[in-house]
Amino acid sequence: MTVVKTQGLSKNFGDFKALDGVDIEVKAGEVFGFIGPNGSGKSTTLRVLLGILKASEGSAEIFGKDVWKDAVDIHKRVAYVPGDVNLWPNLTGGEVIDLFGRLRGGFDKGRRDELIARFGLDPSKKCRTYSKGNRQKVVLIAAFSADADLYVFDEPTSGLDPLMERVFSEYVYEAKAQGKSIVLSSHILSEVEKLCDRVAIIRKGRIIETGTLKEMRHLTGSLMFIETHKPVPELSEMPGVHRVEAFDGGWSFQVDSDELDAVVRYLSTFGIKRMESRPPTLEDLFIRHYEETETGAGGGV
Amino acid sequence: MSQLFDHTWSLMRFVLRRDRIRLPVWILSFILASVGAVVAFDNLYGDQAEREAIAETMENPAMIAMVGPNYGVDDYTTGAMTAHEMLVMTAAIVALMNILLVSRHSRGDEEEGRLELVRALPVGQLSSLSAVLLVLTGANVLLGVLTGVSMAALQAEGVGLHGSLLYGAALGATGLVFAGLTAVFAQLSQNARGTTGLSIAALLLFYMIRAIGDVVSEPLALSSPLGWILRAKPFVENTWWPVLLSVGVAVALSALALYLNAIRDHDSGFLPTRAGRTEASATLRGPFGLAWRLQRTGLIAWSVALFILGVSYGSVLGEIERFFEGIDIFQQMIVEQQGFSLIELFIPVLSSVMAILASIPAIMVMLKVKTEEKNGRLEHVVGRAVSRWRVTFSYWLLAVLTATVMLLLTGLGLGLLGNAMLEETIPLGTYVGASFVYLPAILFMIGVSLLFIGFLPSWASIVWLYLGFSFFVVYLGELLQLPDWVGKLTPYGHIPSIPLEEVDYGVLALLLGIAVILSVMGAAGFRSRDLKT
Repeated sequence: MTVVKTQGLSKNFGDFKALDGVDIEVKAGEVFGFIGPNGSGKSTTLRVLLGILKASEGSAEIFGKDVWKDAVDIHKRVAYVPGDVNLWPNLTGGEVIDLFGRLRGGFDKGRRDELIARFGLDPSKKCRTYSKGNRQKVVLIAAFSADADLYVFDEPTSGLDPLMERVFSEYVYEAKAQGKSIVLSSHILSEVEKLCDRVAIIRKGRIIETGTLKEMRHLTGSLMFIETHKPVPELSEMPGVHRVEAFDGGWSFQVDSDELDAVVRYLSTFGIKRMESRPPTLEDLFIRHYEETETGAGGGV
Repeated sequence: MSQLFDHTWSLMRFVLRRDRIRLPVWILSFILASVGAVVAFDNLYGDQAEREAIAETMENPAMIAMVGPNYGVDDYTTGAMTAHEMLVMTAAIVALMNILLVSRHSRGDEEEGRLELVRALPVGQLSSLSAVLLVLTGANVLLGVLTGVSMAALQAEGVGLHGSLLYGAALGATGLVFAGLTAVFAQLSQNARGTTGLSIAALLLFYMIRAIGDVVSEPLALSSPLGWILRAKPFVENTWWPVLLSVGVAVALSALALYLNAIRDHDSGFLPTRAGRTEASATLRGPFGLAWRLQRTGLIAWSVALFILGVSYGSVLGEIERFFEGIDIFQQMIVEQQGFSLIELFIPVLSSVMAILASIPAIMVMLKVKTEEKNGRLEHVVGRAVSRWRVTFSYWLLAVLTATVMLLLTGLGLGLLGNAMLEETIPLGTYVGASFVYLPAILFMIGVSLLFIGFLPSWASIVWLYLGFSFFVVYLGELLQLPDWVGKLTPYGHIPSIPLEEVDYGVLALLLGIAVILSVMGAAGFRSRDLKT
């Protein structure tokens, strides 16, 4: 079942095209990661999904309803954590959590207190005294104490310490285990790698890659390191080989899956001294995509 | 030791750079207000006799409490009149300027984390606070000298150079006292809001001490900076010791602030912060509860202030008959009508002024939507199961309730004390009705505000200009002989003058209808646009 679906979603701010035909689809029970650098359109997409911004073109639906027209109905089943959390300086954290719960239409008091304890928040302090991390905790507690079907997090862990990041992950797993769907934007790629089932990479308002991490890895191929007895000429000219760099007396490079066989055969003729291979991390995928689209080199995708 | 003050000079330039508009605007407005008062008093009253008639009416406890004790009544020149009626009020606003500026540059910067950046540079520990105090010292001196010289330059009767300079110095010196006081509170309190709040509370307290002291006990009045500064009596006795006393107190307070600053940790304060609620109260359960909770303190303060305003107008009603006999100009302002007492002629004038003041909190409540949106906090609300209609309606409803309460309070304040002062009382309903009939006009202004929020949020401040224009037209329209149609450009100009005119319910209903249409249009605009941050 599809929970979130956008088609050709575009958003213009004056002449600036913040989103340019975004298509994403999130299925029930899935953790969907949304990655891209600052200003690429992550937050804009999420804010359109929440009915805070109105789409210029295209459609966006949550639970099969229009995100703009049926915002209130949708929000009864959605918990949202914005990227830049500003709270009311003269309300306490506890007051804000309760207010948010009531605005959604009821929440579980026991769970609220459990979350406050788990995140180690002092709810008696005024929001003006909270650091960024503590403000983040307030909205995360409000989100997780809501019994929502879809959780939307915009860079949820920025400002949290590693211990709190783990607490956050635990609650994401818990929600997933209960069959809830989660959309999470981040530029902390290790976090996305750890939590997400599927990932979309956005760049300048366009989705340039989407799929499971495994599919993406297959598309991208492996990262190789090789040291040979004889020098290898034309390594960088071989089809399917990217990002060749001299490293530690040998060469490190990236090679496409379908060219792997040919490349290894070719290399073996030079007498392999040492050969290492590892799957690309999300960071490798990400950087490769960006470098390629930046230089216009193409290939691989 | 010298390390404590390293780079004070650079930081001073930085403060001046940040306030390069704010500071000149403040100073200029004091000069204009003081010069304006001299010009107004000089033109308004034909001769010495008229002024002395006014002086006599000021000889009552209510007026003494408001502006201070009478002096120079035997020779009530324009100078004496200006100093007597304007000094304490102007000084209180100079104090307010100092409070806002010092708080902003001391605790404000500290709270926002900007001071931390500065402190991490090779600057002295006390440089920042010293820089603020030195800039404010310069500003107050400049304010005093420029105001004095400008007043003297008018060469009005009885407004000599000596008295003018003393008048200016009294303003500047009072400013210095409150700059020092705020600097001390900035060390005691842990945040900017607390600093400003404590300082303004102190200002009000000193004003009240002076008011009570001036009426009942001279020594009590002398214990307040606003009380002793009045004893300078510019243009009449020209005494300088109050100014010197103020400067001395300011130096002592500044030294204390610097000492406290040196012995405390960054981001800490001497006053303990008490823990707040860990859970929200039952009233904080929706956008309306939130709107109320956020503005509660301000609205209570406005209610008190407007009630006091009504009461103070009420307190002078008894003096009005005498007041009018002396002055031609006011007889021009109040159109003579057959069959009404002077008091009854005066009630609608007071009510219109109070209604315009009562509009301020109501418009502020409505425009709060824009502030919330800009600060990214509305996103939390509309991101949950709350429609935009409900958000705007909540603020609109609170604005309407605010307008209602404020109008009733001003009318009641005026009526209760007015009747206590009058021999022939007027039914309380007349007073309250005269105020309350302005509700459609305020609803109209709320509607205009909402229209801006819906379509042109960044231009919403135009509402304030419109209100200022309304005040000008309503207050001075008659006096300046403005044509009738100018008065009709503001909703306040369409409101019937109770008890002088028959209430035309058609006009009120029309205003109300337009107000509702504007509001609905605004809310619809807000519903169909992006939230901006």
